Amino acid sequence: MTYGSVAEVKDALAEVGYLADEPAALVSFLAQRLGKPVLVEGPAGVGKTELAKALSRASGRELVRLQCYEGLDEAKAMYEWNYRKQLLRIQAGGAQGGWDEVQDDIFGEEFLLTRPLMQAIASPEPVVLLIDEIDKTDQEFEAMLLELLSDFQITIPELGQVAATTMPIVVLTSNDSRELTEALKRRCLYLWLDYPGLEREMEIVRLHAPELSETLARRLVEVIQMVRALDLKKPPSIAESIDWARTLLLMGAEDIDRETFVQSMSILVKHRTDIDLVAERVGMKLPEAPGRTG
Amino acid sequence: MSASPYGPKADPGPPGLAAKLLGFCEELRGEGVAVGTSEILDAFAALEHVPWTSQADFREALATTIAKSQDDRRVFELLFDRYFFRAAEAEAVARKVNEQGEGEGAAGSERLDMDELREQIREAMLAGDEDQLRDLARLAIAAFGRGEGSGVVGVDVQRIRRTLGLTAGNQPPSEDGEELPPIDRAQLNQFERHLRRELERDLIERTETLPPSRPLAELDRALPTSPTQDLAAVHRAVSQMKRRLATLGHEQRGRNKGRHVDVRRTMRASLETGGVPLRLKYRPKRPRRPEIYVLCDVSTSVTSASVFFLSVLHALHDSFRKLRSFVFIERISEVTDVFEHERDFAVVAQKISSEGGVADVSGYTDYGRVWLEFLTEISEDLDPRSTVIVLGDARTNGREPHAEVFAQIAERAGRLFWLNPEPRLYWNYGDSVMAAYERHCDGAFECWTTRHLENFVNVVAGGVPAERD
Repeated sequence: MTYGSVAEVKDALAEVGYLADEPAALVSFLAQRLGKPVLVEGPAGVGKTELAKALSRASGRELVRLQCYEGLDEAKAMYEWNYRKQLLRIQAGGAQGGWDEVQDDIFGEEFLLTRPLMQAIASPEPVVLLIDEIDKTDQEFEAMLLELLSDFQITIPELGQVAATTMPIVVLTSNDSRELTEALKRRCLYLWLDYPGLEREMEIVRLHAPELSETLARRLVEVIQMVRALDLKKPPSIAESIDWARTLLLMGAEDIDRETFVQSMSILVKHRTDIDLVAERVGMKLPEAPGRTG
Repeated sequence: MSASPYGPKADPGPPGLAAKLLGFCEELRGEGVAVGTSEILDAFAALEHVPWTSQADFREALATTIAKSQDDRRVFELLFDRYFFRAAEAEAVARKVNEQGEGEGAAGSERLDMDELREQIREAMLAGDEDQLRDLARLAIAAFGRGEGSGVVGVDVQRIRRTLGLTAGNQPPSEDGEELPPIDRAQLNQFERHLRRELERDLIERTETLPPSRPLAELDRALPTSPTQDLAAVHRAVSQMKRRLATLGHEQRGRNKGRHVDVRRTMRASLETGGVPLRLKYRPKRPRRPEIYVLCDVSTSVTSASVFFLSVLHALHDSFRKLRSFVFIERISEVTDVFEHERDFAVVAQKISSEGGVADVSGYTDYGRVWLEFLTEISEDLDPRSTVIVLGDARTNGREPHAEVFAQIAERAGRLFWLNPEPRLYWNYGDSVMAAYERHCDGAFECWTTRHLENFVNVVAGGVPAERD
């Protein structure tokens, strides 16, 4: 299904539990309208992957996911010939049929193992293709993606071109750990997702931990934003805010005082030097006596 | 279109949105953002789908198609504001539209209460309400008299801010003893930006010309010269460098030359082809992770360059197996711990100068003594795998340079590099004894812009053999 305006996209995403900010909604809208891939960059844990999942849920399309890692190659990302089956075919049909026939036959679609990219292209229903953490691969892999991203087709030397019958929505995510090539960026719409502002993060936390009272949610988000303002090795992500909210619920905390904070801090900060820093700079600002309203 | 579409004379340029957009892209290119034709086509395609009456949507649609990285986006934001503001003003001057009349009337008829204005501004700042801030900025300017003041926009902005008594940080309690929430720097900057813009508008109206547009000042041009310089810019430079270095590693890995065959994986892969090793598997190339000793001169002339360099190295600590840093003036002192616990550039700079204990009597650099001390302290640990980096201007202030001790260090360490924050032209002039040391180095580099620094870090982390020049 297609959307008529940015607001519609935003509402549709909100319905499936993803609160998009204006830029994210606009870019999702444009991606659909222009049929261009979206490159989403931002710090870890701000909901880049979640955006793709939400798009798939909102549009009712299947999500095809390709998780990138160092050393990923086309055999694992696009397609591979099924050697064993080919070998069997040659042996089984050894008696009848000439060379040409066998050759044509074993390079047919029957002997092709499809991998995520191929799957997304060949699917009869439109899909959402998520290429996750593209910055983890090497530049050769990026170059390999270019044909797919600009023309939505894959060339197999033995078979020819396989073009998409339906237009997939392509989302690429990157943690910004290295510079991606210009060629890749040129083919994509660019979206930078950052940590959300106070109000939006509160909405997100409340959405995922509805039992949390409003005052406590506000307090929690305030503390988290305070923690993020410090120069940490690994600032807490949205997922960690939600985890923390659930932890507080389990602990039955009514307010975030120094004691609760120190006890549950390890959910937010996961680096030894960070823990020291946060305990010193944030922990000290919290009220000491438990039970006092903040 | 010329580099500066609006010269000192107000020239509206060819009419129409397309021409304006192209002009905008031209300016972006001028600031080093790579805007290709395909990006421009995308931008036009995107604009067909968003209502152009909403500024936020218009801006986002342009940004998402044109600015393809966080750095580009920052330049985009700055230029977007400036370009379209100037375009609108140029149009206004050309059509002789001005708003002098109503502004004067409003300010003249009612005497503005300064305290009330301050409260309103403070509230708007806290709420982050852009429209309201703009209106209040205009009110504030009106209150101080339009067209009066020094005529220099920057001075007037500060004058108005001071007269209103607006400061960043904790606020003094109001008259009824109420506690007021603190205002952070960013919120104040926002208001100042509006003030600046309105003052500029005012100036353009009076003179009926546009001031020439200046290129954005970028950190790319020179290393920070004082520790008080924009910290955000320093962080940006560091993170940019980090990413570029990460990319470099990948380029290295792609090269096939000198790779080793991984026998185990080749045999495994050969099972697919009936035991015939058709495809060779290679061992991945591991990036070189050197042990690094850094020696930095922190005498007044080169402090900032040193602290900046140390910050960069420590931000990149995971590319090195071991990193120990020393600072020196007359004696040396190890500061590795300081960097491990502090990540704030300003705090580090301050700590080094206060706790380093490196200045003895005169405060002048004594290279000879530094080599002797370094050698006694560290000679055990130096081995062919270690890299020693010295950052200093090699100005001995007439003292004994002890180049033979330096040669000993060079002999023990695997590699020894010298970074000189002075341009090569000045080396060996006056009391600089660069030549005496350079003979023993594996490489001596001038290092007074971030680009120089980046090239150098590439050499160290990438393991590319440095050429002696």
